[in-house]
Amino acid sequence: MDLAYGPEYDAFRAEVRDFIRENGNKAPKRFGVSRPSEESIAWQRLLIAHGLTARTIPKAYGGYGAEPDILKSRIIAEEFTAAKLPMGIANQGISMLVPTLLELGTEEQKKKWIEPTLKGEVVWCQGYSEPGSGSDLASLQTKATEDGDDFIINGQKIWTSTAHAADMIFCLVRTEPDAKKHEGISYLIFPMTTPGIEVRPLKTMTGHAEFNEVFFTDVRVPQKDIVAGRGQGWFVANATLKHERGMLGDPNQAGTRLKEIADLMHEETVDGVRLIDHPVYRDRLMQLQARVLAMQFHGLRLLTASLKKEDPGIARLIVKLQGCEINHQLAALAIDALGEIGVLYGDSPHLRAHGSWQHRYMFDLGLIIGGGTAQIQKNIISERGLGMPREPKPAKA
Amino acid sequence: MEFGLSEDQKLLQESVRGTLERVSPLERVRTAADKGETDAADIAHALAELGVYGMMVPEAQGGMGMTLLDAALVAEMLGRYVTPAGFAATAVMAPIAIAGAGSKAQRETWLPKIASGEAKAGVAIAEAASGAREDASVTASGGKLNGKSLFALEAEAADVIVVAGKAGELHLVKGDAKGLTKVRLTSIDLTRGLSELQFDNVEAEALSSGDAAATLRRVVDAGRVMLAADTLGAGWMMIEKAVAYAGERKQFGRVIGSFQAVKHMCAEMASELEPCRSLVWYAAHAFDAMPEEASLMAAHAKGMTGDVGRFVARTATEVHGGMGFTDLVGLHYWFKRIGLDRQLLGSPERVRHEAAVMQGWAA
Repeated sequence: MDLAYGPEYDAFRAEVRDFIRENGNKAPKRFGVSRPSEESIAWQRLLIAHGLTARTIPKAYGGYGAEPDILKSRIIAEEFTAAKLPMGIANQGISMLVPTLLELGTEEQKKKWIEPTLKGEVVWCQGYSEPGSGSDLASLQTKATEDGDDFIINGQKIWTSTAHAADMIFCLVRTEPDAKKHEGISYLIFPMTTPGIEVRPLKTMTGHAEFNEVFFTDVRVPQKDIVAGRGQGWFVANATLKHERGMLGDPNQAGTRLKEIADLMHEETVDGVRLIDHPVYRDRLMQLQARVLAMQFHGLRLLTASLKKEDPGIARLIVKLQGCEINHQLAALAIDALGEIGVLYGDSPHLRAHGSWQHRYMFDLGLIIGGGTAQIQKNIISERGLGMPREPKPAKA
Repeated sequence: MEFGLSEDQKLLQESVRGTLERVSPLERVRTAADKGETDAADIAHALAELGVYGMMVPEAQGGMGMTLLDAALVAEMLGRYVTPAGFAATAVMAPIAIAGAGSKAQRETWLPKIASGEAKAGVAIAEAASGAREDASVTASGGKLNGKSLFALEAEAADVIVVAGKAGELHLVKGDAKGLTKVRLTSIDLTRGLSELQFDNVEAEALSSGDAAATLRRVVDAGRVMLAADTLGAGWMMIEKAVAYAGERKQFGRVIGSFQAVKHMCAEMASELEPCRSLVWYAAHAFDAMPEEASLMAAHAKGMTGDVGRFVARTATEVHGGMGFTDLVGLHYWFKRIGLDRQLLGSPERVRHEAAVMQGWAA
């Protein structure tokens, strides 16, 4: 046990703080709803130039080109969180497509796509789920049929966030209809302007259309725009999903929310009594504090394991399930403690925090379901973590 | 930056595990429970050979001066094997009290003997840690103690007992002192010693060197971390037993562990309990390395493992179906061990309230 970072990292932290002090005022006030705003793009470029985002991506592809160093990445995240500054553009192109291309793309694909994606010039969406293929993603039916040097794509995708604003899509399609379900899938990348693509917004319970449905009718895509070869799509997607699950359930975000609720409970009163002085709400806050702390320390444990290149086993498998659940419960506590004010939404008078607690409560339920439902997570934990037997396959009818 | 166990700590835990697997199997636990042994001599002897009684005793007094995290790793294993032997009081809380507030003579009299296992120590601090019940209190006057203390730990056969007085001061009482009556309190958990101590003009020495209030705080914090670690170990053993049972038991023509209803129960137990490990490690580490955080983290570790422990104990029993409810399988020893851990030195609701007070969130 040694929770100190050591002199090299303390010096690095000081550099990050210097940057924040000198440049913090340049952080974007408006991020852009689905495409990054001008300010966001300028901020992103500044962060890349200083090695504060896209840090380990090679210079040749538009990154900063530093050696991977988990502790430095963590220090950057800690300091930006503490200063309440955005860490640059966060979208699926940067978090999922870029690492996938780095790992599995051709040199040409890397050269062409990584830099403009990092700089916010090219926005991506992810075409994975289908109406009939959610938890059982590998059963997906969107067809890509060979036609000369091209594929002709027909089918439908769902849960495609930012599809309406995206320039490009990374998409799973079935290219080998006769192969086993996991072996018949390919990972294709193509422009959203390709003829035959229709995007319809999918409004969710939050009242916003955070997602879309995407329909493909005879969409022609060159075969060369495949990543990692025909039939390799399932393998590629799992590499990508690993990056997505790493993003969900971040314990430091939960720490920030817990602090916000503690502040809220000190400021808000009912009949002149502060919410923090209500023993039941306070006890719920304390229960959540313990759980948030536990997950933060758990994060340190996983960090240590990756520094030592050890497999943390079941400790890693529980993070999405626990993290998303805790976030959801934090939002629930804020709503409950606020009483009637907790249900105000939209642009109502007396609204608190722009209605964000209700939005989080609903959106976080979406996160409990998305990226592998809680029930799928429990299958993974019990099968891979505890070695329990798989569900027997139903007999073919 | 390293948040994990050192190689030495892993070896320590493995050697305790190996020993307990041998000396504290379920059959031995069962006979100890039947005979009312809460500090089984053969097991205590094996633990003494491992040196666990000297872990928290300073090197100057013949101990090893190890950290609370080391002790927590041992406590976890004792919980895992529901071991009917004292540890939290004699090896951790009492040495911290005597080393922290004892005079040179008191330290030299007791600590070497405690370290070797030659002397056993109990603690009677329940009133200070979690409040007085039935007007229990101990008052000191002219070097004599009067009154009573409930829920004393490992005190029944102890050679020396650390007693917290009404004003939060600490005393040292000999186990065979005149006027001291020990009444066994039978709890659900027959593997650990719990007693009521009655004092009728009992001769006592004050533990008054240094800051007694701060020492008492340390004793309570350390005790809470030990109980949390005990539940962590007992809880994981229950999960492992549930998984193993579900992998053998067949119904409807298949092992029940292949039913999602059962698998998900096991996954939920694991995903609730594993973060407790991280919290227990942190709380134990804070005790030595970050004293300003120690009390808060000990309270949270105790509270969270208390709640999660209850969930695991109940769920693992349900996974065993009817067999879990029988004495035959013996799962109830773990169920009850976790049940006792939860209530001692502050139940979850009480420690959470304390945690709120520590942060200025409650009066």
